[in-house]
Amino acid sequence: MNTLLSLSVMDDLIQAAYFIAALLFIIGLKRMSSPKGARGGIVWAGIGMLIAGLITFLWPGMHNYILILVAIFVGGVLAWWSGRRVPMTAMPQMVALYNGMGGGAAAAIAAQELIRGRTFGMAPVILAVIGAIIGAVSFSGSLIAFAKLQGLIKKSLRYRGQQIVNALVLCITLALGICIIVLQGAAPMYVVIPFFALALLFGILVTLPIGGADMPVVISLYNACTGLAVAFEGFVLGNAAMIIAGMVVGAAGTLLTQLMAKAMNRSITNVLFSNFGETASGGDGNVSGSLKPIEAADAGVMMAYANKVIIVPGYGMAVAQAQHKVWELTQLLQNRGVTVKFAIHPVAGRMPGHMNVLLAEAGVPYDLISDLDEINPEFPTADVTLIIGANDVVNPDARNKKDSPIYGMPILNADKAKNVIVIKRGQGRGFSGIENALFYMDNTRMFYGDGQEAVTRLIQGIKSLE
Amino acid sequence: MINGFIALYIFMLAAFTGYEVISRVPVILHTPLMSGSNFVHGIVLVGAMVALGNADNPAEQIIGFIGVLLATGNVVGGYVSTERMLEMFKSSQDRKKGARA
Repeated sequence: MNTLLSLSVMDDLIQAAYFIAALLFIIGLKRMSSPKGARGGIVWAGIGMLIAGLITFLWPGMHNYILILVAIFVGGVLAWWSGRRVPMTAMPQMVALYNGMGGGAAAAIAAQELIRGRTFGMAPVILAVIGAIIGAVSFSGSLIAFAKLQGLIKKSLRYRGQQIVNALVLCITLALGICIIVLQGAAPMYVVIPFFALALLFGILVTLPIGGADMPVVISLYNACTGLAVAFEGFVLGNAAMIIAGMVVGAAGTLLTQLMAKAMNRSITNVLFSNFGETASGGDGNVSGSLKPIEAADAGVMMAYANKVIIVPGYGMAVAQAQHKVWELTQLLQNRGVTVKFAIHPVAGRMPGHMNVLLAEAGVPYDLISDLDEINPEFPTADVTLIIGANDVVNPDARNKKDSPIYGMPILNADKAKNVIVIKRGQGRGFSGIENALFYMDNTRMFYGDGQEAVTRLIQGIKSLE
Repeated sequence: MINGFIALYIFMLAAFTGYEVISRVPVILHTPLMSGSNFVHGIVLVGAMVALGNADNPAEQIIGFIGVLLATGNVVGGYVSTERMLEMFKSSQDRKKGARA
């Protein structure tokens, strides 16, 4: 009687701690919605995680404590070490990696439950199976996304009949899943093991053909997937904190994925099941005008005597590690009384908002940075637009030319400025392989050079005026 | 154990909460936010701990161990990377203050 009573007290204590954790997660995420409170937001969520983690040790009937502690220690040290030393340009693939780990953990919980065969009732088994598929796909898919962004896998694997193979793998996985559901959790190993193996395989197959520029959408999607898998496994375990946190992330991640896809003017199914590079063959060859180069001194004069300069950075800037030089150039112009603003396209970088992080790292204050809707009306009032490492996101064809592959994609209206200076390494084309009509316009000047070195020459050009 | 319909209500309300909380976030915070929500689903750690804590044979222990290992990676990696990113976001005024100090 006494132990029964203390068990129920313990259970209340654990549930209360999980409730507080869920509350702190939501408050934390809410605080992250403004740059001022964002820093505190992650701390709130962190405290919630700590409370939930510690209280779980008090869960009645647990054993294997040493194994648990060893796993936490090893995983924690490895993740802390890698998270501390990763450069900001590589952040998207690290987020993908950590996210995949969460998906893998959810799949492991499902595997545990299905192998034990102690999950009873229709709903828990169904959710365990669905969570297992989503978690496993998120795990292996995120690993492929990581490998691609890290440059470990360079080619996008595409072959004839790929969709059919993928569909087949998915169908068999689903069939095995249904088999497990029908057997009510008492499925034999020779059903459960192929089920997980095929789910993992599907994650790999579906991610392999997706190109690098589409990875922001994919990472965001897998983030949402892991959230859902966690919520479903939370239901199986009867853990409300997992349900709430997982579901909040699942919904938030879905919204972020939609925003990303919309910014690229593509649907999520289009990203997952079509190959962008192959559709981008038509629509060029009728660009009029010529490329007009400009020297550092002239470009310097143009910017130094402007009232307003808008800088449009793209991922090329980050690859060339030019963001620190760009900030130096900005300060130089500001000291001369020039208003400088940064215009960021939603898909600049390899993750939504990635470019903002890279600029923040270089020291650019966030109030100088504007997004597409804010900055587009301002371009006509700008004397100079400086484009560095961006291409397709400033291509006016997206607005004007119906047969262009990027037609309809929201772009930054850089062409509306009085003058446009484009820093570019050579005369090559952008990611999509299409000509950029902006480069051929009368008010556009090309400033050839490698990102960092080109900006350094610009800085010298402006300094020589003093 | 949570009753099925109660769970359904929790699913629904949590989904709307997630949608509402994120929908007003400025684009500049999308990356830290994705990283932050990535950290939050690290709560899978508590489930993985319970699963390993109830494992009775080597096969279950191995799966449980992998689960806790991966989940901890999610939690710690998610926290460290988010915190690092958010630390860098400063306004012009913060910069000036920092320069004077």
